[in-house]
Amino acid sequence: MSNTVASRDKAPRNLLVALKEAQTKHGWLPPDFMAELAESLDVPLNDVYGVASFYSFLTIRPLGRNVIRICKSLPCYLQNCQTIIETVEKEIGIKPGETTPDGRFSFELTNCIGLCDRAPAMLINNAPHVDLTPKKIARILQSYK
Amino acid sequence: MPQARVVLKNCGVIDPKRITTYLERDGFKALEKACRMTPQEVINEVKLSGLRGRGGAGFPCGIKWEGARNSPGDEKYVICNADEGEVGTFKDRYILENDPFTLVEGLAIAGYAIGARQGYIYLRAEYHHLLDLLQGAVNQAKESGFLDGFDIEIREGVGAYVCGEESALMESIEGKRGEVRYRPPFPTVAGLWQKPTIINNVETLMNIPQIVLNGGGWYSRIGTERSKGTKVFSVSGDVARAGVYELVLGSPLRELVEELAQARNVKLIQIGGATGRIIPYELIDTTLTFESILGAGAVTVFNKKRDVLDVVYRTMEFLAEESCGKCTPCRQGTEVMVEILQKFYKGEGEERDISVLEALSETMMLSSLCGLGQAAPFAVVDTLKYFRDDYESRTGST
Repeated sequence: MSNTVASRDKAPRNLLVALKEAQTKHGWLPPDFMAELAESLDVPLNDVYGVASFYSFLTIRPLGRNVIRICKSLPCYLQNCQTIIETVEKEIGIKPGETTPDGRFSFELTNCIGLCDRAPAMLINNAPHVDLTPKKIARILQSYK
Repeated sequence: MPQARVVLKNCGVIDPKRITTYLERDGFKALEKACRMTPQEVINEVKLSGLRGRGGAGFPCGIKWEGARNSPGDEKYVICNADEGEVGTFKDRYILENDPFTLVEGLAIAGYAIGARQGYIYLRAEYHHLLDLLQGAVNQAKESGFLDGFDIEIREGVGAYVCGEESALMESIEGKRGEVRYRPPFPTVAGLWQKPTIINNVETLMNIPQIVLNGGGWYSRIGTERSKGTKVFSVSGDVARAGVYELVLGSPLRELVEELAQARNVKLIQIGGATGRIIPYELIDTTLTFESILGAGAVTVFNKKRDVLDVVYRTMEFLAEESCGKCTPCRQGTEVMVEILQKFYKGEGEERDISVLEALSETMMLSSLCGLGQAAPFAVVDTLKYFRDDYESRTGST
């Protein structure tokens, strides 16, 4: 039985799956959590940290309740994503890489999200927003509390 | 050459939420037919079809399957690579949105052919919004009895371009950093958990049901001698009609860019995204085949107002950010190239920087561990070939 998929994934539990679940639950990966996970999986802490820091949808610092990811790759760049980035900066008062003091938004720039036919585009949390114009931004942001 | 609907046959026709609408269009008939054949007979049809991988590398699909089938062991895996992260690619998103059932059927046939009881669909994190639809398709297929003895698990990516590379993808499913592996051994011998594994792109698997239903001979009559079938293209950038188009392989690039997407005043076209090739407008009559230029079918169009150096700089910046960091030529090479390209972009390039770029390109292409690093210099190499003046006019000395 030790060779089956089920046993491989559950004992030891798949590290990346565990991290992803925690990210979804807590919004980030606190150091205490990573230490406990390392112990429970019997792997070195630096392995846990190595995986946690590799993937862009995992974070080892707290994020806001809503994460804005504006695509900066070429197809969106050609459709003026820069003006969308500037509009969001003005609207919520922070730069990419920052979180609003009230914890409502974190703001990041991201590489291609596969919405190039509807550029410029962004993800807020997991939801796509497409065909963006500066005018649309305020109303979209209002729906995220 | 005409547009054709092989891969996109059901897109916009069926309801992707309801399996009954798929069954009315011969859904799962191919899987039933395959199960009446021997696995080797299924593989023979795929070999006869001439189908090559649609993720960009163009490896013959039937030979890959045969390799995994013939590898010893009872535990084997099939993986669908739904991690399209190449800049300007969105065809798999369109396919998943409109016809997840054909993908499930194609994956189940692949499992039967190589003798796998477990399949994975690795869905990129950015496509989380498609998860419910895709999981619904898997569940309905299972409830309808089409997946007896074969399990499909959808595993979500966590945001890493390099995980579209097959060995990094397997590392990620195993729960590790998405770093590429040394090869050999190849996945068909030692893949996921060191067991024989095949990894196929979404679009590759979309072709399988029709190959099984209509025969490999039917399929091999579509396309050119070495590029059989159709290809689904994602066209974006400076075009009036961005979108997904399916063309018979061997069609001219001009038809796609000027007739279908209605681009005007084209200066250059990037085919295959950040790791793809750049060609000037003068070469727009190039045909779209594996033997000329294709990649995974991302076509990004730039008009005459665009700055070549801006395009190349942003392409390299992307690759530097997304390099997994395991091998030095890619990790360091992309970083150095970003620095040099930024100098040119600002008009501060030096004459000798051009020869540094050329030497570095050669080193990276020869010695990088995977396709990312090997293809990373393409944008530089191609623009130095076709747009050298743009570099030379941006040196500080002139």
